[in-house]
Amino acid sequence: MRTDIVAVLFALCLGSETAAQGFADLGTTAEGFAVPQRNTVLEFPADHGAHPQFRIEWWYLTATLSGPDGQPYGVQWTLFRSALQPQDGTGWQSPQLWMGHAAVTSATQHLFAERLARGGIGQAGVTASPFSAWIDNWQMTGDDDAGLDNLRLTASGSDFRYELRLDADAPLVLHGEDGYSVKSAKGQASHYYSQPAYAVEGVLYLDDQEIAVTGQGWLDREWSSQPLSPDQTGWDWFSLSFDSGARMMGFRLRGADADYTSATWIEPDGSSRSLPDGALVVEPLGFDRVAGRSIPTRWRLRLPARNLDVKVNALNPNSWMNTTFPYWEGPVSIIGSHTGGGYLEMTGYD
Amino acid sequence: MMTDEIGAENPLLRVENVSKTYGSPGENRPVLDGVSLDLRLGETLALTGESGSGKSTLLHLVGALDDFDAGEIRLGATNLSGLTDRDRAALRRTQVAMVFQQFNLIASLTVAENLRVHARLAGREDQSWLIRLTERLGLTDLLARYPEHLSGGQQQRVAIGRALAMRPRLLLADEPTGNLDEHSSAKVMDLMLELVRDAGSALFLVTHSNAIADQLDRRLHLRNGHVA
Amino acid sequence: MTRIAALVLLSHWRRQPVQLVTLILGLALATGLWSAVQAINGQARASYAEAAEQLGTRELATLVSTTGTIPLDRYVRLRRAGWQVSPVLEGRTKLGGRWVTVMGVDVLSHPTMTWLRPETANVTPDAILTPPGRLFAHPATIAELGTVPSEVPIVQAPNVPAGIVMTDIGTAERILQRKNQISRLIILKSQPRDLPALSDVVPDLTRISPRPQDAIARLTDSFHLNLTAFGLLAFAVGLFIVHGTIGLAFQQRRPMFRSLRALGVPLALLSRLLLAELLGLALIAGSVGLVLGYLVAAALLPDVSATLRGLYGAPVSGGLALRPVWFVSGLGMALFGALVAGAQGLRNLFHLPLLVAPGQQDWLGMTLLRMPWMAAGGVMMICAGGLGSWMIGGLLGGFVLLAGLMTGAALLLPPTLTVLLAWAARLGKGAISQWFWADLRSQLPGLSLAFMALLLALSTNIGVGTMVSSFRLTFVGWLDQRLAAELYVTARTDRQGRAVEEWLAAHSQAVLPIRYAEGSVLGQPTRIYGVVDHSTYREFWPLIHATPDVWQRLADGTGALINEQLARRAELWPGDRIELTPELTTDVVGVYSDYGNPRGQVMIGLPTLLSNFDGVAHRQFGVRVPDQQADALADRLRQQFDLPASAVRNQAAIKAGSLAVFEKTFVVTAALNVLTLGVASFAILTSLLTLWTLRLPQVAPIWALGLTRRRLLWLEVLRSTALAAMTVLLAIPLGLLLAWILLAVINVEAFGWRIPLHVFPLEWLKLGALTVLAAVVAAIIPARRLLAAPPSELLKVFTNEN
Repeated sequence: MRTDIVAVLFALCLGSETAAQGFADLGTTAEGFAVPQRNTVLEFPADHGAHPQFRIEWWYLTATLSGPDGQPYGVQWTLFRSALQPQDGTGWQSPQLWMGHAAVTSATQHLFAERLARGGIGQAGVTASPFSAWIDNWQMTGDDDAGLDNLRLTASGSDFRYELRLDADAPLVLHGEDGYSVKSAKGQASHYYSQPAYAVEGVLYLDDQEIAVTGQGWLDREWSSQPLSPDQTGWDWFSLSFDSGARMMGFRLRGADADYTSATWIEPDGSSRSLPDGALVVEPLGFDRVAGRSIPTRWRLRLPARNLDVKVNALNPNSWMNTTFPYWEGPVSIIGSHTGGGYLEMTGYD
Repeated sequence: MMTDEIGAENPLLRVENVSKTYGSPGENRPVLDGVSLDLRLGETLALTGESGSGKSTLLHLVGALDDFDAGEIRLGATNLSGLTDRDRAALRRTQVAMVFQQFNLIASLTVAENLRVHARLAGREDQSWLIRLTERLGLTDLLARYPEHLSGGQQQRVAIGRALAMRPRLLLADEPTGNLDEHSSAKVMDLMLELVRDAGSALFLVTHSNAIADQLDRRLHLRNGHVA
Repeated sequence: MTRIAALVLLSHWRRQPVQLVTLILGLALATGLWSAVQAINGQARASYAEAAEQLGTRELATLVSTTGTIPLDRYVRLRRAGWQVSPVLEGRTKLGGRWVTVMGVDVLSHPTMTWLRPETANVTPDAILTPPGRLFAHPATIAELGTVPSEVPIVQAPNVPAGIVMTDIGTAERILQRKNQISRLIILKSQPRDLPALSDVVPDLTRISPRPQDAIARLTDSFHLNLTAFGLLAFAVGLFIVHGTIGLAFQQRRPMFRSLRALGVPLALLSRLLLAELLGLALIAGSVGLVLGYLVAAALLPDVSATLRGLYGAPVSGGLALRPVWFVSGLGMALFGALVAGAQGLRNLFHLPLLVAPGQQDWLGMTLLRMPWMAAGGVMMICAGGLGSWMIGGLLGGFVLLAGLMTGAALLLPPTLTVLLAWAARLGKGAISQWFWADLRSQLPGLSLAFMALLLALSTNIGVGTMVSSFRLTFVGWLDQRLAAELYVTARTDRQGRAVEEWLAAHSQAVLPIRYAEGSVLGQPTRIYGVVDHSTYREFWPLIHATPDVWQRLADGTGALINEQLARRAELWPGDRIELTPELTTDVVGVYSDYGNPRGQVMIGLPTLLSNFDGVAHRQFGVRVPDQQADALADRLRQQFDLPASAVRNQAAIKAGSLAVFEKTFVVTAALNVLTLGVASFAILTSLLTLWTLRLPQVAPIWALGLTRRRLLWLEVLRSTALAAMTVLLAIPLGLLLAWILLAVINVEAFGWRIPLHVFPLEWLKLGALTVLAAVVAAIIPARRLLAAPPSELLKVFTNEN
């Protein structure tokens, strides 16, 4: 039953309407919750912090790394917030709930852990300035007055631990219209911005190995109350960094009637451009049997507006997050018109 | 087990040279010593002798109730030596019936049930014969009673009825009137002889009474284990 | 043939309906008592297992605080250090006028959530997690609470153990009014790597290892062993009846067996039929017994669960669920019992000669061993019991000792009676008197089993009665000592506690703070009390061992008192040393009795407690005040501090409550005791009835020798009375020995306390009178037939062997 509760509470974070609909009063309408508004001007550092009046929110960091021998690794650190009611509170009575996911992926291993916490007691939370997001002993902490530019990141599970330092000197990227990101043709939307350009260095602790790693990191910030329309069953989300210095965020929301795609193209200098539904064309090329399901682990992505035509392959097809609410999340490599690396997240493959 | 060759020529019962010893080896007490006799179908035979002369023992041997040490006993075509308990039981159930001095009625069965029990065990129930027996034995009014509520004479009449109800080829009787007074003794004896004839059975009767023995076709006297 | 032979065999019962009823009832009673106990035990054990599973407390270590309460920030601190722990807040509160245990857990982290199953899933997460929240309770618990509205909606949850209300910790802290408090932290199985040491993160918390065996099961094992022993005893007594009647039925049918064989029924068939009859009767009796057992268990279970909840805090639901294994074991016992009882009869059948030799007749076919062998066997059983007890030890050893003693004593009874009767015969003058004693002695083998059953039942009754009465007497005296203060007050908070203490100092003779910390002694959770130096303790405290300067040592902080349970379990007595915390090791200066509490307990001086434990609550007080002013002071206290009625309780109310728990504890024991005696009385009555009915042939010659029948009747009654009286006299020392074993061995092992033996001769007198009465009745009924029988009936004895 805890599985049920958690699955329901965080289903929205991970793009499953169907699980949420099992519970009558956790329907898709956001009663009492704030709804993302077009023309909202995001304010920093305040918006780095939590927005308890919105139902769901996350701080989502992925990094593609390589070890001293060139071995590729991926690291994930995510903090989800889910609200039962649109307000904050103190003690056990707080309606805010928190969930953390952390993972380390190599070509042969995929280690992950999950943490759950109640809001209001200090076990998990986010402060905007100085920035700090935490659950249990997992932390993402910024330097004083530096916003999200310099972060220290730690997490540990029963079989892994990592300590990373992330530094960015590029501007934040606001997706959609100044951070108002539409998620369906029916108008569901979220507030969504990213810091896609971290230089990362640190140490992975796997088994009895200590692996010094360097690489690139990408932080997504998103909050909403009704991100999906009822017919949407899941999403495929890409964050790609090309060797050219350009980057791209793209996703496809799979609908019963029609898919909905969205993309943001980020130039090497940090300037970005949001592209409308249909600009990005994604098509699965190959499937793998993962956790009893068929999961597309090889993709073809085309963005004609930017002359992009690439194949995206999972580093480890078994990057299955077998958490309370399971999904696929792992590092990918890119070949074709552009080369590079990035992260792929897929939800809703039942 | 039974053959139909028994008739006037072939005896129903043949006892040849039978010996029986009681007691442990060493202090043997011979009860029967080389006894021989024949009995034909329909014939009645009285065996007399003093107490301890071995007459009851002989009767028990013939009834397959006990084992003997030497000699041969044949009932029809059946040789009684070396029979299993199962075969002996079958013999007693279907060929031989017995009337004892102590009546040996089954206390928990009514007169009617006691009368029928042997015939039913033998699988040979003859309703009209049973009614006739009951009437001739004067038991019609006593059918619902239990043995403990009957006099000795009545009990013995039930025992005779029970034995004859299955029309045995051989009826064995051991002092059947020994527990009865003189008057009922004579009455019971007369009835038994009459019914034995009606049933067509042979009768082998042990008694110490000459008067009773005289009523039978033949008599043998047993003394110290020998036929005198 | 088979059918006819079977009908003939069964015709016996038509003529002996009383015998049939006795046989079936005896076996049914035996099976019934046995299966009742099994049903109760099975239900309780299933409840424990279920509860342990549902509460998720099995196999996991916990963290507790010496103060009894863990502040919320310790939980957060542990979590922030990476430690995966889950909080539990547990407390008692009144719901709808009834006290319940509320167990609040964090539904996000609690290891076991089976209590919140899909059938309760129509309750939404935000209903559970946000005010007013939801309470989850077993339907039976909800029924007990009645329909009184609660501020928090209660949801039916069949998987929640009875008597417990589960809820989210946020709801629990509100209804228990214990904001930001945690009772214990469960250390979860999966922990991240590279954790800091617990002692660095929360030096003030104590880690309690998971208990090797579930605590409740361990605590209550003794209680169930007790019940099982009773069940077996009842079964044994029932077997005596069955053995007697089956033996009699075989004996009475010997002429029938002979007749049937003479009529041509083979021995093998006869044996098979008798075996089938035996098993058939056992099945019928077993089925009746199961129904009886179910009824008895259903009647007793509420008291049993009340006992288990009251004494051990063990959750047992009052509803009885039938388990297949219970049916099988009940019927199995019935079949086993019938076979044991009938084995001798069947064996005798094979040795039954086809031809009856006149005068060859034995009593009942119950040919027992010869007297010298029985005497030797009895002594051996007692020695084996003693040896076994010494080798096995513990509670089981105690029961082995008990079993050896009881069987041994039963075996010794016939030889002892033989010797007694021989003496009596030598003392007797005159022919009649000598015949009387000699005749009695010659019948002893036939009567032995009945009187052995009587001896067992009587001595059990005396033994258990003595134990319960001794315990009660001691307990009442102990309550007077222990509850020396006239009023007991519980304040809401420490702050209010201090105010109450100040106010009381001015309004009463003395205020005795009751303050304690939850500690751990020898790995077991132990409550450590701190007491002030006051004459009340010196005068009243129920010490059973102490050094002369005990209270002085307590006051100056150099000694500790421990309760008897702890003393016996840990073998700690005055002069030994005890470690209370790593920094505090002190002398044991005394041991006090502490009935009704299964756990260990320690008392030290209050200053010592306060300087060694943090956050000791300051809310409870004993108040000394003249008796007649107690009620008035209680009222003023409630008004002054706006305390609920339950927060100020007078001594009498607490005593009444404690006594109620006590009575519940032994109500099952007492009920089983009465039932066992009932079965035994039935046994003695039926045995004597059948025996004396068969005595006619023995009496007739005496009648023929010129004794009047009236005289004979009185001799018969006298005979029965004499045997019963002798058995009662022998049962008293045996019963006392039993009581001693129960008090000094079984109770010490089962509960951890030893109780002085008190004797109650008046009770023995009553029991003895009752037994003799039963013997007289049992003798008069058949003897009256002797009186009424016409001479011809007696004469028949001489003519009719049957």
